[in-house]
This record gives sequence, C-alpha cells and structure tokens, in this order.
Amino acid sequence: MKKHSPLLSGPYLVWTAAFIVIPLLMIVFYGLTDKNGAFTWENVASMGTPERMKALVLSLILSLTATAICLVMAYPLALILTNMKIGATAFITSIFIIPMWMNSLLRILAWQTLLERNGVINQFLEALHLPKQYLLNTPYAIAIGMIYDFLPFMLLPIYNALEKIDQNVLDAAYDLGANKLQTFWKVIFPLTIPGMISGIIMVFVPALTTFVISDFLGGSKVLLIGNVIEQQFTQVGDWNVGSGLSLVLMIFILISMALMQHYDKGGETAGLI
Amino acid sequence: MSTKLIDLQHITKSFDGQVVLDDLNLYIRENEFLTLLGPSGCGKTTTLRILGGFEKPDTGRVIFDGKDITDLAPNKRQLNTVFQKYALFTHMTIAENIAFGLRIRKKSEAYIRDKVSYALKLVNLDGYENRMPDSLSGGQQQRIAIARAIVNEPKVLLLDEPLGALDLKLRQDMQYELIRLKNELGITFIYVTHDQEEALTMSDTIVVMNQGYIQQIGTPEDIYNEPQNAFVADFIGDSNIIDATMIQDRLVSIQGVRFACVDTGFGTDRPVDVVIRPEDLKLREIPEDAGEGSDAYEEALNRVRKINPGYLTGTVSHLIFKGVHYEMEVQSGGYDWLVHSTKMYPVGTKVFMSVDPFDIQIMHKPESEDEQAVGVEDI
Amino acid sequence: MKKVFSRLYLFIIFIFLYAPIAVLIVLSFNDSRTRAKWGGFTLRWYAAMFRNETIMDALRNTLLIAVLSALIATLLGLTAALSLNRMKQRKRTFVMGIINIPMLNAEIVTGISLMLIFIALGQFLSRWGYMVEFGFGTVLIGHITFNLPYTVLLILPKLRQINTSTYEAALDLGASRFLAFRKVILPDIMSGIVSGFMMAFTLSLDDFVITHFTKGPGFDTLSTKIYTEVRKGIKPEMYALSTLMFVTILLLLLLSGVRGNKEKATVNSSKRRQAV
Repeated sequence: MKKHSPLLSGPYLVWTAAFIVIPLLMIVFYGLTDKNGAFTWENVASMGTPERMKALVLSLILSLTATAICLVMAYPLALILTNMKIGATAFITSIFIIPMWMNSLLRILAWQTLLERNGVINQFLEALHLPKQYLLNTPYAIAIGMIYDFLPFMLLPIYNALEKIDQNVLDAAYDLGANKLQTFWKVIFPLTIPGMISGIIMVFVPALTTFVISDFLGGSKVLLIGNVIEQQFTQVGDWNVGSGLSLVLMIFILISMALMQHYDKGGETAGLI
Repeated sequence: MSTKLIDLQHITKSFDGQVVLDDLNLYIRENEFLTLLGPSGCGKTTTLRILGGFEKPDTGRVIFDGKDITDLAPNKRQLNTVFQKYALFTHMTIAENIAFGLRIRKKSEAYIRDKVSYALKLVNLDGYENRMPDSLSGGQQQRIAIARAIVNEPKVLLLDEPLGALDLKLRQDMQYELIRLKNELGITFIYVTHDQEEALTMSDTIVVMNQGYIQQIGTPEDIYNEPQNAFVADFIGDSNIIDATMIQDRLVSIQGVRFACVDTGFGTDRPVDVVIRPEDLKLREIPEDAGEGSDAYEEALNRVRKINPGYLTGTVSHLIFKGVHYEMEVQSGGYDWLVHSTKMYPVGTKVFMSVDPFDIQIMHKPESEDEQAVGVEDI
Repeated sequence: MKKVFSRLYLFIIFIFLYAPIAVLIVLSFNDSRTRAKWGGFTLRWYAAMFRNETIMDALRNTLLIAVLSALIATLLGLTAALSLNRMKQRKRTFVMGIINIPMLNAEIVTGISLMLIFIALGQFLSRWGYMVEFGFGTVLIGHITFNLPYTVLLILPKLRQINTSTYEAALDLGASRFLAFRKVILPDIMSGIVSGFMMAFTLSLDDFVITHFTKGPGFDTLSTKIYTEVRKGIKPEMYALSTLMFVTILLLLLLSGVRGNKEKATVNSSKRRQAV
C-alpha cells in the first residue's frame, strides 16, 4: 500500500473543515449566544412562542403525513416495477428521473395551476359533475406538493432493496411451505425495512424543513418552521434567533439520522443515489 | 430400494425457444442417493427445479408417490430443496431460519424447539441458535440450509450443487457428512453437480446428462468402468479414447495391433471407439542395451504378452509426479497415451505398453457427427 | 386482473408525476401574460427569452456554476475517494460521516451555515481591508460543498472494487505511479467519475435553497430568479426556457441511453458467455 500523500488528502480535508464542520459550529455558536456574544438559551427557547410552536407542529404533521403517504404509494409501485424485471431499471430511471430535469421550483409552481379555484383539476371535476375542491393555499396543497416532490426519494431505496433480494431466497420460502402472502410478510417485507428507513429519512427531512413548497402552495397563510427560520435570516435579520431555531430543527434531523444509522447497517449509501 | 418414488415422464422444457430438456424419462427409487451429473447447461438444474415445482415442464408429467404433482405449487410438495448459494434468510437468526417451515405449518413452540435443536445437532452446529447467517462461514451456512430443509421431514431432499461454493477440503468433509445424513434420515436425496468425483463418491445412482438428454444411468462403478459413449467416458475421469476397429467378437485392432478384449456383439470389421483408463495401461521398460532377441528382451516381452497378446511400443514424452502416482504421456503411433503408474519411467524411456482385456471398453461410434461435436464442445 | 391493476396504478402515478410538467410546457406556448387563461398558441416566448437579458444572465450563471461546481466537486471527490480508500475502516466511516453531512442535513441548515461562515469570514478579512462579496464565488463554494458527498459516494465503490494487485503489477512492470494510476485505476473508475459529475451537475442546476442563502443582491440563477418573480407573476419566457432545457436534456439522455443500453447488452452477453 502506498503512503498517504498530503497532496491528495489535504484539499478535501481542508474543504470539509472549512465549509462543513466550521459552518455547523457557527450555527451552534450563534444559536447559543445573544447579540453581544454572551451565552444564552433564549434563542433556542424562543421556539416555544405560540406562533412558532404552531409552525413546528404543523410542519411535523405535514411532513409525517407526506412521508406516510409516500411510503404507501411507493411500496406497491416498487413491487410492480421489480416484477416487470426486463428493462425495468431503464424504465424506472426514465420515468422518475426525467421530471427532475425540469426546474423543481417551476414544477411545484405548476401545482398552483393544477389546484387553484379554476385550475385544471377543478375543471376536470366540473366536467365530471363532481364537487370542486378548493385546495390551494391550504395545508392540503402543501402536503400534495411534498408528496409530489419527494416521492422518488422514497421509491428508489425501496426499489433497490427489492431488486437486491435473491430469487433463490423467495424460492426457499415457497419450498419450505410458505404461500405468496406468507413469503411477502415473512421474507420480502423484513428485507426491505432498511430501504424503507432510508426512504423515510430522505422524505421526512426535506419535508420537515422546506420553505419553498409552503411559500408556493400555502400562500402567505400557512407558515411552516422552514418559513419561520428563513424569514429570520432574510427579513428580520436576527441570526441568533434563526440559528437557535435551526438547532431545534437539527435535533429532529439528528434523531432521524440516528435511526437511519441504527437500521441501515448494510451499506454506506443504502440506495440514496 | 425398490419402489418408484418419483417418475418423470416425457418431460420437455425450453426457455426462449432453446430446448433444455427433450423428452426426459427418469424414475427415482425410495431411499436412493441419485445424482444428476453433467456440464453446465445440460439440463440437470432444470430437472431439479421441475421436481421442486419452480418450473413447469412444457410437456410431460411428474408423478410423486403415485400422484401427479406436475401442477402442484412448490409450497404444497413433500420435497425440500437445498439451494446452491444457501439462500438463507439473512434477517433471521439461525433458529428462526430452521423453524421457518415448521412455523408455516403451525407446529407447537415446544415441537419447534426440539426439532431445531435436533436438526442443529444433526449438522454438528448445536449452540448456533441465536447467530445471524452472515456471521457463519460458507460451510456452516450450507449446513444450516440443509438443517432448514430436513427439519420438515421431507420424503425427498433436492440438493442443487450445494458444495459448489466451498473449498476443496471442506467439500470433501461435507461429502461424508451428506452420506452420513442420508443414512441417518433414510430419505431420498437427489443431488445435482458437475463434479464427477463428487458424484462417484456419494451416489447410489448417477444420471449423466448432456444437452438435455440422459447419456447414461447407472451405479458409479458402471459409469466409470463401462461408459456407454465417448461423452460419458470423457466426462467421467481421465481416459484414452481412440479410434479402433472391431475385428470380431473379443478381438479389436488398435493402431493396427490386435488386442484381446471381452466385448461381443459389435459385428465384424466395424469402426468403434475404445476407452482405456490411464491406470489400466501397463508399462514395461524395453531393455535396449540387451538388444532385440536377447534374453532380457524376450523375458520382458513375454511378461507383457501375458497381460494381453497385443502390445504397443512407445516413448515416454512427459512425466509429472501426482503424489499417489506418476502421470505420464507415452507417444505411440502418433497418439499420446495418458498413463498412470506408481512406477516412474523417465522421459525418453522406450516402453512396451499393454492392457488387460477386461480393461478395454468398446463403444459404438456416435451415429451423427453432430452428437460427437456436442460432447467435445461442452467440456 | 392483477396486471390490469398494476398497469392502472403505474398510469395514475405517471399522470401525477407528469401533469405539472405538461402544465409548464403548455404555458410556454400560451399567448397570454397570465397563466390563468389560455390565449391561444404562440412561439413568441421562445423568441423573447433570448432578448431578455436578466433571464440570459441567470441562465449563464446557472450553467457556469453547474459546470464549475460539478468539475471541482468531482476532482475533490476523486482525491477524497482515493485517500478514503486507503484508510482503515473506522477512520473512513468517520470521515465519510462528515462528508455526508450536506447530503443528509436539511438544505436550509446547510445554506444558513454557509451564509454564516461567509459573513464571519468577511468580518475577519475586513481587518486587513479585504471583503467577502456574496455572489458568484460564494454560491460556487456552496454548490461544491453539497455536491461533494455525491461524487465521493459514486467514485468510492468503484475504487473499492479494484483489485489492488493490478495496480501493484503495473508498478512492478515498471510504470510510474502516475502512469499506473492513469492506465490501471482510472479506466476502472471512469464510470463512477462520469456519473458523479452528471449527478453533481444535475443537483447544482436545480438547486435553489443553497443558492438562496449564499447569493448576494444582483446575482441570480434561474431558480432564485423564479423565486423572486413568483409574487409578481412568472414571466412566460421562463416557461419557454425551462421547456427548452428540459427537452434538450431529455434528448441528450435518450441519445446516451441508447448507447448505454447497447454497452450493457454486450457486457451481459459476454457475461453469459463466460457462464456457459
């Protein structure tokens, strides 16, 4: 084996320190100090104000709902795609990656056109003589936007986990007397748990922290915790409070990451890519 | 070892238009250790998968214990399979793996506990109940796969190259282990392998397959000593296969020299293939210093003639020490004869070469060139 | 029956994923300033976008940032992967954990943290009369940072598959380290490098959050431009541009996909040949 060359490991180590580690420490520093640099818990505690608590609770409800619906939608989808076998991999990339090549902000924005009072969906419902739905600028619209934006993040890890299951293992289960349903619950489902955990994290974290989706589809009426923090930095200009709130947010993220570490012992990527 | 337990009747199977099995007929007796032997792509694994219910034959029936099970799902069959790469459930402990089939059959917990520990003892892995499959070596995983199958008390155990992934020493140990298991359990084993040595060591009956056809069925001794065609002879062990002419019953001409043999019924002056195992060729050094006609020379020749009136002369061209024996090549009449002997003849030695009439195996020439080509290409 | 259900389900998901894209494409041909009503078919937004200097500026910035950040992130990721590959398991897991933070962390937190470090850096440098200007440079650094984990994750596995003795054999046969790397290692990890670059390019092209926090006034990418325009109403030229980019990338993807499939087919058939 070659010796470590500082020329090789130097640049990226410096980069990670300068732009990943130190910036995070900056958030901790700002979050735990006041304007004069003195230590305080106040920034963190300010999450407790009714308005912010409301935003946090709503964010949690919406992101958990969106995550659950993504899981319920993606699992059968992944099963169907796995069973198609031939050319499925090419198919899956084309069908789920292609939308990502359209600017994501515009794609979310397009849901305004779909969901609004006289939007595409309502015109469609009207044509079918069904009652119109007024979804835009409600939490429902935000949930739809989250599901839409993050569904592929749920699908891909589950699909990868299913793909990895050896046909021999399923044959073994049949051979030992299990029927299709028993094989699914006793073998297939448990083997995809790591994939599901990855998917859950990959959907939950961005959904919890988004401010764009709520901006676009919630109007100014619905504030999520992401909006509250974003405004602290870009409108209020209070970095200390903004950092304090970010710290609270990071606690939730750390919890989910710890869960991921716990369940996903298998690989370093676990189908993130 | 009497009644037909399984009867495969006129089984045909093709994948993507390629025929893998062509009108296969085979029966398997109770308590038999039967091996399906052949090169990859010969149809042996497909046969096993049809027995297990993982593939449906295009035509033909599978009769098990007098009942037609051709369309029966794998989970309804009284057979269990040991898969090539173990196919253990990696998310379950060893005990849970073994208990899988019993749980499906809703056996009582006490029964399951007893059975699991019995099965683990049987494969010499007691105490491994709570380990995970990934923490076991390949050989141990294979034993667990076997335990997982036999715990269900199947009438037949199907084994699909179960030792293929193990190293040589482990493979030999496992061979004895399997024979012991078979004797203890008293059930039928159907074993798939491409390893002729494995087949010879373990089987009661060997079915040699090639290109979707059965080439020969017989005991290991039959298959080794009396291969019915060049493919079988070449596939099983080392052998010299040479063109010859059957002059009449019990007399064959090899390289123009008449040899006594024991085969009859091949007609007169018919071209045939002759198989001679390398260990059956007897060598004797030609005492050159003494010269032709000298006493020493005549004595050597007489000894050779005692074995068989026919003999060849040749020169040792290669010599390798193989441990138990020496492997030599003897050039004679433009053909390199493979010879195994415990006695060493240095390269360059001129030798007489002979063979006991019983050790000359006469075979019909393949009827078409096609069939011959097949055999050669696949090895 | 089961097949009908699964086809139906695929179809519904397909509609769900592609309806917004269809809307955007339709809007790009809509001869009306508002997206609320259909004013007939037109191509004028496609002509107008080339004359719209702010959009063209944003496009230039977007592409430049995407290419540069992908390039630098790939190079940095390559050095990181090479050095990680030689680390002991434990140290590697630790360093990987840190590199992966921008991928697993919330984008908003990464964005804010970068903004804070740039401000702090600015304050620090101002003592000597230097300053940190929020704009191209800061955005570029931000993009490189969040692209880095993806390039490492795509290159490292390829590197770990390589049998080290082939590299040593090359050295043994007299190749210099550089030559051995170029001739033996590089060809084997090239696919990882390319997909790492493509991944980084795509992510950078589409990024909004990191750019939002690291850009300064007067500097815009397409995403930030769209964000500020939302309240006033998106200019139809933006729909036209996005549609055009989408179609271009789709075509490139199809072309490379056809070639990729062919390669895959040959690989598969050669594998099968070995098996027989």
